[in-house]
Amino acid sequence: MQLLELSAIDMVAALRQGDITAVQCATAFLDRIEATNGSINAFLAVDRAGALERAADIDARRRAGKPVGALAGLPVALKDVLCTADMPTTCASRMLAGFRPPYDADVVARLRAADAVFVGKTNMDEFAMGGSNENSAFGPVRNPWDLARAPGGSSGGSAACVAADMAPVAIGSDTGGSIRQPAGLCGITGLKPTYGRVSRRGLIAFASSLDQIGPMARGAADCALIMETIAGHDPGDATSLDVAVPRYTDLLDKPLAGVRIGRVPEHYAEGLDPEVAKGVEEAFAVLKAAGATIHEVRLPHAKYGIPTYYLIAPCEASSNLARYDGAHYGHRSSVGHRGSGKAGSAFESPLVEMYCRSRAEGFGPEVKRRVMLGTYALSAGYYDAYYAKALRVRRLIRQDYLDAFQSVDLIGGPVSATPAFKLGEKTDDPLAMYLVDLYTVGTNLAGVGGISFPCGFTKSGLPIGFQLQAPALGEPLLLQAADRFQRLTDWHRRRPRPTEARS
Amino acid sequence: MSTSSQALSDEDVAKVALLARLALSEAEIARMTGELSKIVGFVSMLGEVDTSSVAPLAHPLDTQNIFRDDLPTPSLTTAEALQAAPRHDGECFLVPAVLGESGAA
Repeated sequence: MQLLELSAIDMVAALRQGDITAVQCATAFLDRIEATNGSINAFLAVDRAGALERAADIDARRRAGKPVGALAGLPVALKDVLCTADMPTTCASRMLAGFRPPYDADVVARLRAADAVFVGKTNMDEFAMGGSNENSAFGPVRNPWDLARAPGGSSGGSAACVAADMAPVAIGSDTGGSIRQPAGLCGITGLKPTYGRVSRRGLIAFASSLDQIGPMARGAADCALIMETIAGHDPGDATSLDVAVPRYTDLLDKPLAGVRIGRVPEHYAEGLDPEVAKGVEEAFAVLKAAGATIHEVRLPHAKYGIPTYYLIAPCEASSNLARYDGAHYGHRSSVGHRGSGKAGSAFESPLVEMYCRSRAEGFGPEVKRRVMLGTYALSAGYYDAYYAKALRVRRLIRQDYLDAFQSVDLIGGPVSATPAFKLGEKTDDPLAMYLVDLYTVGTNLAGVGGISFPCGFTKSGLPIGFQLQAPALGEPLLLQAADRFQRLTDWHRRRPRPTEARS
Repeated sequence: MSTSSQALSDEDVAKVALLARLALSEAEIARMTGELSKIVGFVSMLGEVDTSSVAPLAHPLDTQNIFRDDLPTPSLTTAEALQAAPRHDGECFLVPAVLGESGAA
């Protein structure tokens, strides 16, 4: 089998046995990125020199019989929302163009300590706000299955680079579906762990009560492998759970006998593409054949997920993004700041004028829209009606999940209502774009885990995604069920036709 | 909650833009008024949910505040903290005047 097509688990084993070297491995993926990124735009930065240097160091240590980490030599791509001290970190925003953080994110430090080899930083929607990757300030990512279509978002670069064999594994972040939806639209596997399972220190904050980091790879077994390195308590993140990390890869190979999977009628409302519905039903049939039992469960407040999310996330974003002030780091307007001297007016002082101009120049349209929406919903007179109201409905949504998990172990269903849509198809209508998160926001609002993986293809050759959700800290069962599904199907092994030739 | 299609006026949006510290052009404000009105109209559907006996949920986990011992730990040096600053003098961040009309920093 081609090196580029090896699973991460097989690659780590081949590296350990000396069948391949870390330099060979890094070179193969870097060459693939060089040949393909022009048409896909999955990477914002590629660190060829750094990756090869690191790979050579790992090979040398291994030859000398010195200790190496659990992922020694495995190439990994990082979503550009994660701080890296040795690579630029932009969040796909002009605000942070060229920014170099003074420290590594906790996840980055853990992967580094495990001797993973970072090949580069992946493209995304600006500040992780979007569902198509078209909000990147550095151009959209193209879906490897059809270059005229969006890869989904916001972790679109991470999904596309795995689908196009530019990296065996990528790290993403998921605030309302940003790992699972692009994984679904690109035909790969993506895990959004339980809130707090993976430290968010050094993840550039979007919505702090929802953000979570997770792995994206071809199969669930590879996600399990990466989770063993990135999960765990971090005293530097007050929301990080102090709970032991299981050996996820040891828990995979178990039958699904006795596992109860919920099927939610609310998932089949209007708007669900018939081909997606068919793929999802076939996935339920596979899980049933594997020994699981399927039961109807209700999530009565599911339809309020999107409005709840689109109040809470923008409110938290408006607060988090207040840090971009043109003073500490990031873009600063070069316009002269004189100030009007008039209190309450625009630019009441030179400092306020500098803030306002720097932020207007640095942020793109969707980021401005969400900061404005959040500022409005938090402002005097509207706080109770919008923000506090959304927090109350959030409790009802979470209670729906707690109730459902009384009678089932997992909840299954579609990850997106449609397969990948065309670039430009939804960009004129912000609200239509928000609706792409329909099946994914509930997981984040409830703080539980979810995994998405391919369960078929449309007649036109686009991947269809299936989603499983589990109670808090149910990652072992999510990974076990997805892995079992993938031992019985080959959807996750399918590859887009060579992308170089199709641009 | 208002459910009218034009929930916000241009004046509302201009006021919010100042609160959000965003210098928006008149054209941007006009567009934002339409877009935000549509979005606010949509999210106002939460008004139909009876939450009179439901407490707000700010955080999905049951964890409480976590405190650490008040001990010094390594942190960024001044040079590291200033490394990405648009303007600094080696010790402090430099910004335009906070009050008044002058200040060229």
